[in-house]
Amino acid sequence: MLTIVVDRAKCEGYGQCVLESEDLFELDDDGVSVPTSGVGDERRDDAERAADMCPMQAITVS
Amino acid sequence: MNGVVVAGGGLGALRTAESLRASGFAGPLTVIGNEDSMPYNRPPLSKGALLNGVDVEALEFPRKSSVDDVDWMVNSTITKTDLTDRLLTLDTGEAVPFDALVIATGIRPRRLPFPGPTQGRFVLRTAADAAAVRARLRRELNLVILGSGFLGCEVAATARALGAHVTVIAADHEPMVRPLGDELSSALRRRHEAQGVHFRLGHTIEATNGGDQVRSVTLDDGTELLADVLIEAVGSVPNVEWLEGNGLDLSDGVETDSAMRVPTELAPVVAVGDIARHPNALFGSAPRRVEHWSIPTETGRRAGQTLAQILRGESPSEAPFTAMPSFWSDQYALRIQSFGMPGLATDISLVDGDLNGPCIVEYRDPLGLVGVVGIDRTSDLIPYRKEIAARSHC
Ligand SMILES: Cc1cc2nc3c(=O)[nH]c(=O)nc-3n(C[C@H](O)[C@H](O)[C@H](O)COP(=O)(O)OP(=O)(O)OC[C@H]3O[C@@H](n4cnc5c(N)ncnc54)[C@H](O)[C@@H]3O)c2cc1C
Ligand code: SF4
Repeated sequence: MLTIVVDRAKCEGYGQCVLESEDLFELDDDGVSVPTSGVGDERRDDAERAADMCPMQAITVS
Repeated sequence: MNGVVVAGGGLGALRTAESLRASGFAGPLTVIGNEDSMPYNRPPLSKGALLNGVDVEALEFPRKSSVDDVDWMVNSTITKTDLTDRLLTLDTGEAVPFDALVIATGIRPRRLPFPGPTQGRFVLRTAADAAAVRARLRRELNLVILGSGFLGCEVAATARALGAHVTVIAADHEPMVRPLGDELSSALRRRHEAQGVHFRLGHTIEATNGGDQVRSVTLDDGTELLADVLIEAVGSVPNVEWLEGNGLDLSDGVETDSAMRVPTELAPVVAVGDIARHPNALFGSAPRRVEHWSIPTETGRRAGQTLAQILRGESPSEAPFTAMPSFWSDQYALRIQSFGMPGLATDISLVDGDLNGPCIVEYRDPLGLVGVVGIDRTSDLIPYRKEIAARSHC
């Protein structure tokens, strides 16, 4: 299982993560990104891609 | 084995190094950059960091553990390259040998050669530039910005938030007009004007005036404007001089194929980021430089795969490069997001909302949707992005 964490203090709601991988992230009512839970290891590449694309570098994948 | 040397210490350098490791290259890897910090994020330099103060450590990119063993040389300028001998020369005279080379030296701001005092003239590319500008910005300062592209407009918005008097001078007839088109750019100009920014469009600066320090600027129609600080944001010059003498086409950055390989028989060479003139099959076969933040990551990923394949003795993947160009800009509370290449459009139409509020604008060419721009509508752009990605490859 992947651990995807969005640093809520850093996230500015650009939504690049959602645009990269719609099923891995969602913007909540405050416009902050919430990662999907229970994502399998086979999605590591997609999750890391989204983390690379975040303008605030707010996403960590482990 | 001398391994791979990555020239330039920015985002493109970092992503290429990470991709080389992810693609199985385990040999020696050296990154040589001429700034004094590890790769850091530039976009905040005209936005949040210019507003709140520049802390370069806070802007550094997190680095994947796969590049922990990379030799990072900072404060080192490459002055010369010999692709035949596979040797770089540094400003210290030191020679650095390589088996394969990554070109990631980016661009620098273009300077216009008008006469007059130079103290008080600034550009904005590096953290050091931003810190120098930040130290001058204050309430009631007379700030003149030359250039009305995204960078000039972002600086105008930030400087207004800090209480400066801001005038933007540009040869173009509307701000950000080349990528966005007439209607959206004039609507954005009105939003800037409502925030107190003055525009002198269709003009350029002939001279700066003052003693040592700039006090005013003279425009091409003879008008004189007070200027305590002048920021020049009039485009860029690729950092290619260190590559001269190797028979490469350096007319506008460094040309590559779709695998980011630079056409030369002398050595394995790839180019990435702002400096790379690369083709994108979504937008025809013409290679282009694209100065968007997403490009160093996308081209770096591909270039790392290409070099790792070449160094294993394989021929690199010939797959077309089809990464989606993505660009955003923050001005006041506005969030401008673009996908694709709106600047290539032959037909532009507002498809949702109001140009003076949240909206979505479509950019089409004869083959279909070529770009989309949303103002405060980022998450609604997903279907448009998909439509651009589905363009037939040409
Ligand atoms: C103020 C600012 C705001 C921006 N805002 C946005 C935005 O909102 N959205 C967006 O999409 N894009 C934005 N961009 C663009 C984006 O930041 C760039 O596209 C990206 O940084 C390019 O990365 P790069 O690695 O290709 O080049 P760079 O980050 O420029 O890295 C090149 C490095 O090589 C070094 N170098 C050059 N010559 C030599 C040499 N001879 N020897 C050694 N080192 C050398 C340079 O000093 C530099 O450190 C912005 C850029 C700036 C400057
Ligand atoms: S890309 Fe980054 S800043 Fe944007 S919404 Fe996702 S986590 Fe937040």
